[in-house]
Amino acid sequence: MTARTHRETRVVGGIGESPIRPDGVPKLRGEFQYAQDLYAEGMLWGSTVRSPHARARIRSIDIAPALAIGGVHAVLTQDDVPGRRLFGLEHPDQPVLADGEVRYWGEPVAIVAAEDRETARRAAEAVTVEYEELEPLTDPEAADAADEVFRRMRIRRGDPQARGSVVVEGYYEVGMQDQAPLGTEAGLAVPDGSGGVDLYATSQFVHVDHQQVVASLGLRSDQVRAHPVGIGGAFGAREDVNLHIHLCLLALYTGRPVKMVYHRDESFTGHVHRHPARMWYRHEVDADGRLVRVEAKILLDGGAYASTTGAVLANACYFSVGPYRCDSVSVDGIGTRTNNPPCGAMRGFGAVQVCFAHESQMDRLAAELGMDPLELRRRNALESGDRMPTTGQRIETPLPTREVIDSLEAMPLLGPDVGERLPGGSGLTTEPVHVRRGIGYALSIKNLGFSEGFDDYAQARVLLGPEGVIVETAAIEVGQGLVNVLAQIARSTLGVSRAAVRHVDTSRIDSAGSTSASRQTQLSGGATHEAARRLRERILSHYGGDDLDDEGVWRGDTLVAPMPEVVAADWQETVTFRHPPTEPPDENGQGTLHADFAVAGHRAVVDVDPELGLLRVLRVDTAQDVGRALNPESVRGQIEGGIMQGVGLAVMEELVIDQGRFRNPTFTDYLLPTILDAPEVEAILIEQDGSWGPFGAKGVGEPPTISSTPAVVAAIRNATGRELSRVPVRPQDIALSETVS
Amino acid sequence: MIVSFRLNGEDTSFRVTHPASLLDVLRDELGAAGSKNACEQGECGSCSVLLDGQLVCSCLVMACDVEGSEVVTVEGIAGEELHPVQKAMNEAGAVQCGFCTPGFVVAAAELFQRNPTPSRGEIEEALAGNICRCTGYGAIIRAFEGLAGREAP
Repeated sequence: MTARTHRETRVVGGIGESPIRPDGVPKLRGEFQYAQDLYAEGMLWGSTVRSPHARARIRSIDIAPALAIGGVHAVLTQDDVPGRRLFGLEHPDQPVLADGEVRYWGEPVAIVAAEDRETARRAAEAVTVEYEELEPLTDPEAADAADEVFRRMRIRRGDPQARGSVVVEGYYEVGMQDQAPLGTEAGLAVPDGSGGVDLYATSQFVHVDHQQVVASLGLRSDQVRAHPVGIGGAFGAREDVNLHIHLCLLALYTGRPVKMVYHRDESFTGHVHRHPARMWYRHEVDADGRLVRVEAKILLDGGAYASTTGAVLANACYFSVGPYRCDSVSVDGIGTRTNNPPCGAMRGFGAVQVCFAHESQMDRLAAELGMDPLELRRRNALESGDRMPTTGQRIETPLPTREVIDSLEAMPLLGPDVGERLPGGSGLTTEPVHVRRGIGYALSIKNLGFSEGFDDYAQARVLLGPEGVIVETAAIEVGQGLVNVLAQIARSTLGVSRAAVRHVDTSRIDSAGSTSASRQTQLSGGATHEAARRLRERILSHYGGDDLDDEGVWRGDTLVAPMPEVVAADWQETVTFRHPPTEPPDENGQGTLHADFAVAGHRAVVDVDPELGLLRVLRVDTAQDVGRALNPESVRGQIEGGIMQGVGLAVMEELVIDQGRFRNPTFTDYLLPTILDAPEVEAILIEQDGSWGPFGAKGVGEPPTISSTPAVVAAIRNATGRELSRVPVRPQDIALSETVS
Repeated sequence: MIVSFRLNGEDTSFRVTHPASLLDVLRDELGAAGSKNACEQGECGSCSVLLDGQLVCSCLVMACDVEGSEVVTVEGIAGEELHPVQKAMNEAGAVQCGFCTPGFVVAAAELFQRNPTPSRGEIEEALAGNICRCTGYGAIIRAFEGLAGREAP
């Protein structure tokens, strides 16, 4: 027992700080291992035979020509799937390999494994599939008429006869956006020699991959282990299974490790996309601008298989009014089944599409009323204690909509000056005299965490030992900085600075849930916080101490157990954290459906050359409801990155579909924002206590993407007077369309 | 056919068995997986390397064409210590998923080698061939504005 003065030491790298991320140096040196970089002794390469038709009956598949190629070890079709032949995130409806009919362009028909990548590719080409082409169903409105739907949503709230004095009707469209994570789908499956398999593949949710692999391989749960691996971005594209079951099938069939990496063009068909949307809206307000009634019909095309269309559609409907009060709401949602490529999760998850529509409507209402667009929003601002306009749920956590509006209004409007960063680049394409500047605003609201009664939880284990504090988790780091923030939470809670995150496979810990829905900081962070809190209590109680810090356990000014003594014991706590329960909607879409909400607002400044249709997004300033910023630099990273994806949807990003086929599935033709397209961003983080996340934190990943798109379009409208009811806005929409009033 | 060249300062050779890009050979045969394959058509810059000092996309270089050349990949940019561009990115929070990072490191190292104090416009011009999907470029710009001796806006 040592007696010395107990300084109130503060942990280094705790919450509220922005420590340098532990994976930064290996990523900068090129040493960080991604799924694409995995290697195993004796491994084979896999490749996928894909449908060249949007819809066709398979008459025959001849695998003999592929098997005849030297170095080919396996060619598998649906008959080789030993377990459930279907998979799916919500409903297993998608064939692991085509079941006699292909329903979208690029659907997997067969898989091969060969000694090297080139041989695997040639073998896939050699598989001879005889198709009978069928007429594809590609128009979502025709699918609706034919009742080809995954889900219909119906929201009815309040008096349907409520009428306002000013009415605005509008029709809006959103094109299909791709997540375009830089790392394509990749993975390695390694047979364990006793009938089981270890899977190392790109993922946002290893436990749900594990479930689906187990079902389709017909194995016991303990025979499959899904391991978190390095992943080059996700944004929703890594929630669904794609190559996971294929890899495990090939590995078990050949008895060899099998690796697969999708090329970019294959990646575009190999993952789900943001749903393209068609939306009809009618808003009614009174003379003071208060929303009296909102009616909407929202049609999302889910494509060929369900994926998360049901949940995305529901979310679109729930957030279709935006962060505004309204007591009379009627929304009909349709998620169609067509022969277009499947759609599912992408950052914003349904809230993105409707935000473009409801914010366009709010601006048109403001124009009709002759009112400032921010003032109209302020008069309708939804706040804590109010009821959601759609679901009727009372909002229990902080919702600083008014603070978001006030912050945006108070932010100084900074440069650049006109001419400093010209549309069309620094050449002489656009002359400053032709440039018109526009400013636009938009607000958004979205749920945090999973909804509608889903048992949403995350498990984390906190250990204290000679290596310091270790947080064990299966939560996926997709780039957002989870490896930093979980360690920060553990440090601040335990009082010990040396902490790191260790990813473990599905056999060693229960699910952390998906790295999506802006949920991991709140859910896995919540589990880490609670596990660290319990561990600290146990350690203090064991030594009869009253404080724990980097030196050890203290009682008053006495160090009763120095750290080397403390860590000699095996300290660990495992906690499963759940957010407040939610419930499924009733027949009118009413209920306590969501665990938490976040609001955000954006102000865009855009310079436009209306004659050439060229533009430059100069600034996107924002105020965002973050609860508490546990790592301000990571929050800023989410904000700037999310805004860039919102700007992409506003002005350039769309997968163009023609009769069910992509016309631009490459990085040459699917335009992504470059550094030259990056706007300046000023961000105000609005911190309020009261959310159930650790230290009051809210999720921050999705809100930046949601309202940045309509803010940019509002700014283009402001500059040009064009109606612009579709995103992405193309040059011809600016240069060639009629100016409205 | 055997191709011999210098890779990150070491004499290296490989056997060409089929038409392959420099990127494929680096990643699959020479164990230099730092250069990333994200588009394979020269649009994203994730595979950027220096070929005899010139910044190129290694996915667009035929492997057999590097005979007698000097190739520097992301693995050859740092010594024991991080290169200043790596240090700047690390401290500015310019790394998220990190898949684009090797390409940015190589492109920025080339920029700062020929121009230690690039303007904002020169930084953007030099990095316009590198796509980042996570950061929105803000932290990357701040990193290199700082390295060029200016406070980022």
